[in-house]
Amino acid sequence: MSDWLENHLPKAVLAPSFIAVLIFVYGFIAWTGWVSFTRSRLLPKYEIEGIIQYERLFASPRWDTAMNNLLLFGALFIVISMVLGLLLAILLDQQIRTEGVIRTIYLYPMALSMIVTGTAWKWILNPGLGIEAMVRGWGFESFTFDWLVNPDYAIYTVVLAGVWQSSGFVMALFLAGLRSVDEEIIKAAQVDGIPTWRIYSAIIIPSMAPIFLSAFIVLAHLAIKSFDLVIALTGGGPGYATDLPATYMYAMAFSRGDIGQAASSAMVMMGVVFAIVVPYLYSELRPRND
Amino acid sequence: MTDLSMTTPQNPSKTGSNLRKIALRWGLYLILGVFVLYYVMPLYVMITTSLKSLEEIRTGSLMALPRDVTFDAWATAWSGACTGIQCEGLKPYFWNSVLMAVPAVALSTFLGAMNGYVIAQWNFKGANLIFSLMLFGCFIPFQVVLLPMARMLGLMGLAGSIPGLIFVHVIYGIGFTTLFFRNYYVTIPQDLVKAAKVDGAGFIRIFWSIFLPLSLPIIVVTVIWQFTQVWNDFLFGVSFSQAGTQPVTVALNNIVNSTTGVKEYNVDMAAAIIAALPTLFVYIVAGKYFIRGLTAGSVKG
Repeated sequence: MSDWLENHLPKAVLAPSFIAVLIFVYGFIAWTGWVSFTRSRLLPKYEIEGIIQYERLFASPRWDTAMNNLLLFGALFIVISMVLGLLLAILLDQQIRTEGVIRTIYLYPMALSMIVTGTAWKWILNPGLGIEAMVRGWGFESFTFDWLVNPDYAIYTVVLAGVWQSSGFVMALFLAGLRSVDEEIIKAAQVDGIPTWRIYSAIIIPSMAPIFLSAFIVLAHLAIKSFDLVIALTGGGPGYATDLPATYMYAMAFSRGDIGQAASSAMVMMGVVFAIVVPYLYSELRPRND
Repeated sequence: MTDLSMTTPQNPSKTGSNLRKIALRWGLYLILGVFVLYYVMPLYVMITTSLKSLEEIRTGSLMALPRDVTFDAWATAWSGACTGIQCEGLKPYFWNSVLMAVPAVALSTFLGAMNGYVIAQWNFKGANLIFSLMLFGCFIPFQVVLLPMARMLGLMGLAGSIPGLIFVHVIYGIGFTTLFFRNYYVTIPQDLVKAAKVDGAGFIRIFWSIFLPLSLPIIVVTVIWQFTQVWNDFLFGVSFSQAGTQPVTVALNNIVNSTTGVKEYNVDMAAAIIAALPTLFVYIVAGKYFIRGLTAGSVKG
């Protein structure tokens, strides 16, 4: 009897978490998926009605704006964070004496809540008293920097704050990568008289391909889930100018009382994440199955 | 690569290239310095703004140091600022966050340790599949579970309560905590468990006297990661709380966007710093572990 217990104890320990994940992750995804095919409005209905919610979603100009914003924000956020992160990592890898301090400063935004980041940048970027007013105070009377309240440019302020928050993290990833490159290869290349920039572009950076992939996955994931930053910085405005799928979903679920739209937009977000993460997880987990 | 280790790097030091090197060095420090300013600037502006009077904010410049340092804004942010109709400052919400974060972090770390131990050391059929399924749960956009979770919390009688928020954070935290412990425990040789079993030690005994004593570093990493996640969360907080149970991030957002009365930027900034202090403190005290947690999920091995 105690042997039987002992043999099954590991499974019994894992079971509650596993069951919780099955219900609260997979069961809930199934629920949301189901409801996205119904006519649910204020309350969920369970009769399948086909793809009506998705038709409404893709016909909605607000959703169109949200998806375009995600594409623009996501692309800029990922590319700028990666370029900046790599640049800073390479610069910091040159035996800088104060490296520890500088690294700490570059990375601290990652410890902050996006709400804090958004609040800070909202104040800095506000045209009335922020950077615009400051530069005008210096004597440049016609200086304008009103991106925060300009519907055409507001999304770039989200990029600015997002990059500020996350680029230090990418730097830390790349710095760890640079430190793990085989030094012997670099030494050999130096002996051969290969210029430093060639050593970086032809040897070091290509050898960090897995880190580029990791950074991309993490940043893409952050971009798709971006919600709090937009809420705190622009509130999705002016108008709907900085809506993202996450803010659209939230608005439908909790202020518009349109559960069908909320569910279908959440499923589309899920699909985008799925398309990016699943191939990555698959390749990460496979070699470990030894 | 070992065959190359015999060669030593040459060191061409001529005065001409030396001068170039010094110039490069200065350029390097200059660029790094410019970025230091970029990252520090918002924090600097937050702190200086929070120490100014409203009058000085209106007449002065964004980057200027405060002429008369005043802590009035801090006092207001802590115990007088309005979040909508209530004007109690951040204080009650700060404690809400503490009451939410401490049990949520403790529970999810404990469950992660047990799960990681089982998956890494007690291989049974399907363990890897279970791990993959749990891992995938880390990556879902939480929007996809918001609606059913709101209903579920209602059914469980936890709607709008702090225990409800604890529950949500534990459920969606165990994926990561399991990942952390699993990746840590796979590096411990399985022979250790086999030997202990031969000596008659059981599942719990082996965990308690072999694995737990080895686990301090990964416990620190996990606790810091979870604390940062839970403290900084906004989506669950705003979706599953009600007036009175909101966490500090939600209250901060309400203070900043409160439309009643004059816009008090200095109070906003003080409130933002107060909301950020716990995680900033953790980062400054245990930065090494913080970074390890950040990179653990994303760098293989």
